[in-house]
This record gives sequence, C-alpha cells and structure tokens, in this order.
Amino acid sequence: MNNPGLAFVSDVFEDYHNKTILMKLPSYHTISIRNLNVYIENQHILQDINLTIPEKSITCIIGPSGCGKSTLLRTLNRMHDDTPEVKINGQVIVDDEDIYGVNVNVIDVRKKMGLLAQRPCPLPMSIFDNVAYGPRIHGLKKRKAINQTVIQYLQYVGLWDEVRGRVRNSASKLSIGQQQRLCLARGLAIEPEYILGDEATSALDPISTKKIEEMFVKLKEQYTIILVTHTLRQAKRIADYIVFMYLGKIIESGSTEEFFNNPKKQLTRDYLSGSFS
Amino acid sequence: MINTKRQEEIFFKILMIISICVIMSILLFIIGTVLYKGLPALDWDMVSKLPGGGFYLGKEGGVLNAIIGSLYLISGSVVISLTLSVPLVLFINFYLPKKSVFASIIRFSFDILFGVPSIVYGAFGFALMIFLGMRASLLGGIIAVALLIMPIMVRSFDEVTRLLPRDLPDALLSLGATKYEMSKVILRQLMPGLVTAILLAVGRGIGDAATVLFTAGYTDNLPNALNHPAATLPLSIFFQLGSPVEEVQNRAYASAVILTVIILILSFSARYFSSKYSKNKI
Amino acid sequence: MKYIRAFKDKSARQIMLGIAFFSLLLLLVIGVSLLLKALPIMKEKSLWALLSSGNWKPFKGEFGFLPYIISTLYVSLIAIIIALPLSLLSGIYLCTYASKTISRIFEPVIDLLSGIPPVIYGVWGTLTIVPLIANKIAPRYVEFSSGFSVLAGGLVLAIMILPLLISILLEVFRSLPKEITDASLSLGATKWQTVKKVMLRKSFPGIIAATVLSVSRAFGETIAVLMVCGNIPIIPHSLFDACYPLPALIANNYGEMLSMPNYESALMFGAFLLFIIIVIFNAISRLTLNQIEKRFSL
Repeated sequence: MNNPGLAFVSDVFEDYHNKTILMKLPSYHTISIRNLNVYIENQHILQDINLTIPEKSITCIIGPSGCGKSTLLRTLNRMHDDTPEVKINGQVIVDDEDIYGVNVNVIDVRKKMGLLAQRPCPLPMSIFDNVAYGPRIHGLKKRKAINQTVIQYLQYVGLWDEVRGRVRNSASKLSIGQQQRLCLARGLAIEPEYILGDEATSALDPISTKKIEEMFVKLKEQYTIILVTHTLRQAKRIADYIVFMYLGKIIESGSTEEFFNNPKKQLTRDYLSGSFS
Repeated sequence: MINTKRQEEIFFKILMIISICVIMSILLFIIGTVLYKGLPALDWDMVSKLPGGGFYLGKEGGVLNAIIGSLYLISGSVVISLTLSVPLVLFINFYLPKKSVFASIIRFSFDILFGVPSIVYGAFGFALMIFLGMRASLLGGIIAVALLIMPIMVRSFDEVTRLLPRDLPDALLSLGATKYEMSKVILRQLMPGLVTAILLAVGRGIGDAATVLFTAGYTDNLPNALNHPAATLPLSIFFQLGSPVEEVQNRAYASAVILTVIILILSFSARYFSSKYSKNKI
Repeated sequence: MKYIRAFKDKSARQIMLGIAFFSLLLLLVIGVSLLLKALPIMKEKSLWALLSSGNWKPFKGEFGFLPYIISTLYVSLIAIIIALPLSLLSGIYLCTYASKTISRIFEPVIDLLSGIPPVIYGVWGTLTIVPLIANKIAPRYVEFSSGFSVLAGGLVLAIMILPLLISILLEVFRSLPKEITDASLSLGATKWQTVKKVMLRKSFPGIIAATVLSVSRAFGETIAVLMVCGNIPIIPHSLFDACYPLPALIANNYGEMLSMPNYESALMFGAFLLFIIIVIFNAISRLTLNQIEKRFSL
C-alpha cells in the first residue's frame, strides 16, 4: 500500500491492510477514514481517501478551494444524508464504529461531532436558549442543570462576562465574533468528542479570529479537532497535523513542522510557495 | 435616420409612462368610487346592527351579520389551511431532498390549484356538501374558502422558505436535532414570511364571493353554529346592491367600504412584514 | 428519550407525507367529482351537442352551452386585448427606464389591484363603466345599449387581470440574464432597440405563457363579470350586446336548479368544462415559465 495519505498513521493502517484481518483499533477517540470515495452526480469529488485523525490534537485540512476539503469534513458527521446526489463509498470509523454502517443512528453520530460553520448562524432565540438548545433536545430537563451547563460553556468561550445581564436577549444582536463564540459554546454544550471547523474564522475580524484560535488550542486538551482552513498561516499557528488536499486527493499529510519545513511532494512545495491557491 | 430612431424611443417612452399613469389612476378611481358612494352610508349603526326587516327589503339596521360572518368564516378557513400548508411546505423544503421530483410535482400542482377559479371551488364545495348531506352553512363556507386560500398560502410561504439559507438547517442538524425538531426552530425563523402568507390568503379569502355563494348561504342573523348559514361581506355587497330599496343599496356600499379598508390594511401589513423579513436576511 | 424523539420525527414525517399526497390528490378529486356530477347530462346528450347548441331552455331539458362559451371567449378576448399592451408597456418601463422611486410606488399599486375583491370591481363597474357605455360610448355606434355588455365585462376583466399579467411579465423580464441586455447596450444600441430586439424576443415564450395564464384567469372570473355583463343567454353580436359568460351562469342559477331534472348536472358540466380548460392552460403556461426560470438560473 503506497498511499500518500498514510504518512502519520501508517503503523495502524498498514497492519489493517497487510494482515487482512481487521485489527481492532484501540478505543480512544480517533477517526479513521478508509478507502473513502465520494461522488456528486458522477463527479469524483473525493478519491481514495485514507486517513486517521489522531486524538486530542488539531488536524488542519488545507488545499485550494474546490479540492474537496469541505466535502470531506461534512462526510464526518453525515451532513450529506439529505443530498441523494452524493454517493459515499468506504468507511469512516469513529470510536470503533463505521458511521455509515447499517444500524448507526445519525443523531448519535452528529452528537459526537460539534460543527463550527463558516458563518456563525445563531438560532432564532435568545442567547441562553441557543446554548441550552442542544442539551434540551438531547434530554436535559432540569432547570438547574440547564442553567449550569449554559453558564459553564458561555464562560468557557469567554462570552459570559460580555453577555451577562442580557442572556435572554436575541442572539442575533451579538457581534459576529461573539456569535461565532456562541456557536462554539452551543456546539460544546452537546458534549461532543470531536470538533469540526469549516473555515470557522473566515468571516471574522483578526481579533475575533485570534480568540477562536486560542479557544481551539485550549480545547485540544479534551477534544479531537479537525479544521478546514483556507489560510496557511492559521494552519501553521495552531495545527499539530496537516493534511494537504488537491483535486479530491490527499497529496501529503504529516506533522505541522515536517509539512512546512520538509515537504516531500513537488505539488506541496508549489502550493506552499504560493504558485497556486 | 438617427432622428426617427430617437423619435420612436421617445414615443414609446411616453406610451409607457401613460400606461403606468393609467394603471395608477384606475386604482385611485376604484377606491375613490367606493369611498364616495360608501362613506356617506357608513355610520355606527351600519357596523353595529343587524339588518332590520330582511336584508333585501328592510330599511333598518346595518351589516353586522356580514362582518361577523366573514370574520368567523375566514378564521375557520385560515386555521384549516394553515394546519395543512405549514407541514406541507416544511416537508417539501426540509424533509425531501433539494432536487426532489416529488417536491416539484407538489409545487406544480399548487401552481395549478392557484389558477383554479373560485367558482370551481364553490361548485366543488357544493358538490361535497350534497355528498355529505350538508346544507349551506358556515362549515361548508369554511371548507370551500380553505381550499381556495390553501394554494395562496402554500405558494407564498414556500417562496420565502426556499430563500432560507442552508446555514440554519445545517446548524440544527449538526447539533443532533431530528428533522422534526429542526423544522420547529426553522418555523420560528420563518414567522414573518408565514404572517405575510396568511395576510395574503386572508385578503383573498375574505373578499371572494363566488366560493361562498352556494356554500355559506346568507342570513340576517349572526351565525351561531357551524351548521347554520352565515352572511359574508362580499355577498352582502352582491345581494344588497340588487335591491330596489335605496337604504339597502347603501348597506351594500357601506359593506364595500368596509371590505376595501380591510383589504388595504391587509395589503399594507403584508408589505410591511415581507420587507421586514427581507431586511433581516440581507 | 431517544426513542420518543425518533418516534415523533417519524410520525411527523408520516403525517406530512399524508398531507403531501392529499394535496396532490386534491386536483384530481375536484376534477373527478365535478365530472361525476356532470355525467347524467353527458349521458343524455353528446358532448358536441352540449357545446354547439345555442338552445338554453332548462324547463324543456335543452342545455346548449354555445352562448356561454362564446360570451366567455369574447369577454376574455376584449380583456386581454386591453390588458396586454398596458402590461407590456408598464412592465418594460419598470424593468428598464423606471427609477427606484417609481418602482417603489408602483409595486403596492399592483399589490392593491390584485388584492381588491372581484365584487368591488363589480360595484365599480356597475357604477362607472356601465353608465359610461350606456350614455356616452354606445349611442355613437348602436341605437340602444343598457351598458351591461361585452365591453363592460371586458374592461372590468382587463383591469382585474392586469396585476397578474404585470407581475408575471416582470418575473419573465427579470429572469433574463443581465449579460444579454448589457451586450446589446455595449454594442451601441439604444435602450429601446435593446428592448425591441433583445428583451422582447428573448422573453417571447414567457410573454405568451403570461398571456395564457391571464386569459385563463379571465375565463374563471365570476362575480365581477356577473355584475356587469347583463346575463342574457344569447350569442352576443356586438361589443354593446349583453352576454352571459359561463361562470356567471353557474353562479346565477345555483339554488333554483335543484327542482329541475338535469339542471344541476348541466351546471356542473359547465364547472367541469371551465375547470378542465383552465387546468390545461395553467399547466402549459406554468411549465413554460418553470422552464424559463430553470434555463436562466443555471
């Protein structure tokens, strides 16, 4: 198996392929993608993706626009379920379980993954209810527990002090940077194991971006984080591992330091030097 | 050569401005006529009393029967068509995939239902009532008008729903919400659009005479049960205008003013709500 | 908890699916029940006899729909002849020359015109158009006219279909990609040339569809027409003759019809006829409009 996507996970993966018996993966929080192919209306959007995401670290997926990085991210929490044009082949194994398996409940999959979208999208309700929404639908009923959860996560993202007296106000009145942190709090409140970020800072000003980035670095102590980003500098700043994609394929992946200082593929070097973007 | 070209353009431009002016003045002319005839006839008795001595010949009283009847009728119809339209629109937009053929067939069928004239809904309602053994009644009118306004509601609510960015449904789904839970939150976001749709539907439903002509009947009294006939404003105009008695005709003109004012209010509030909605979105 | 949520979601889906099927069936149910009601008369008389006979004598069991059909066509024709130029001119103006302010004033005008109930148009028609025809216009051409006439019906209908026609035309014009008109303008054509050579030509199918849609709206209009047309079941020979369109016939004769054999069935046949024609017209023009929207939005 000479697949370029295997750089930093080769040990686990090669075992799987060479020994032809399915090795049981150690059950910590990893995502491992095996032979993933995604087609949208006969277009081969993702080709032979093999990748394992290490736990409690930040993995950044980079690449020029249209390379399939957002599609890949959305594959991880089954957001393609409602678009029948999208055909998915292969396995995405999260915590020992193929999320595209037969008996898998999509709600459980999504509950494991907190998604932070490109543009913040507060729900049409108060700041408080935004954060409380997830826990409520997942069965948290006691007022006290809800209050506690909301305050805890608003504090966590540093929003609590800013919105204190007005948590009952509509969330749409917050600044866009605050909204994005609110969305992060809302995502954390469902107690996910993974955090997915889809260019989560691209709509934000530099100061808000910095706050979100600091948040990610703090979060990786407890969560496995996968970010799609369009800026190389951001990846350099916060990522532990880099996955570089081009035209639906993983070209190169590895630790941040190695990726930037010692890229192995010509395509990667071209991309890093800015000959295309 | 160049001159004739310019002249042609100027000529047509003048024609265009004339047609714009004609259309605007027709509107003013219609509203003016209604007000001119109706305002003198409109007094407190008119809106607070039932017609005395029969709606066709009696000279006393007002059109309270029609006002109340129309209100009852339209509320009933709105409730029925709302309970069908809202789930339907949410279904075709969020439960069915984006390019669903089923959804486009449903949209298409509502485009056509929208074009079906009110007299056909009236005739169908009447046939349905005979089939069910009902007499002309408030309930019959409610059903017929509900059918009439449902396409209006569905189309106009669907229009705003389709414009909703994918962000919100995506955000909700990624929090692990079921489609049902998602739809409830989305409905909250779509409220202004829904209100606009309701206002449009009410405007059409409250003014339509052909649907209620044989389904709701007409009466001098207030409707006090679903299976009793109910008077309505459009029919109050239609029937009483044909009376030889001047006082009765005046009641028709007064009803026309009332109906026109209702329509004006509905139309402007619909405009207000839809503009407020688009402001939020951009 | 999880199961309750899944159950709620599933039931909601089932209910919605039910409503969706119900609404799909609605069109069919309306058509079929009108047809069933019309069957007795269709069994007794051939379709051709019903459509081509001018004899309408319910007491004797004669039901010839020709006068009503001719009246409907006549009135609708007048309406579209008046409404189409007006709508085209104002539609073009709004899309090309008009300033924002004018559009902003004009849009509510269209809204209101489409919101005004038919019965109000009827009142207005009887108060203004009918006397105008009887006293001013008709005396120049014919000896006598009551004013309740084809022309009155056509005029009132024209105004009633204006809002629909204009709003669809605007949609059609606005769906034209801007590049097409820009290209023409950049080649040095004047605005009017662009309108004539590019806009009107490119949107021709849309204009036809809008026209067909408005005509079918005119076919079905009832109360206003009933109030200004005169309602005499003869074939009208001039603009100033009274006429009796099909919807008016249905609306006018309900209630008394139950005592006469086949009368109800005949009226339901009228409703069925109206329904079928309008559905076909609507289907064709909506398909055309959808096609236009799709072609340009991709």
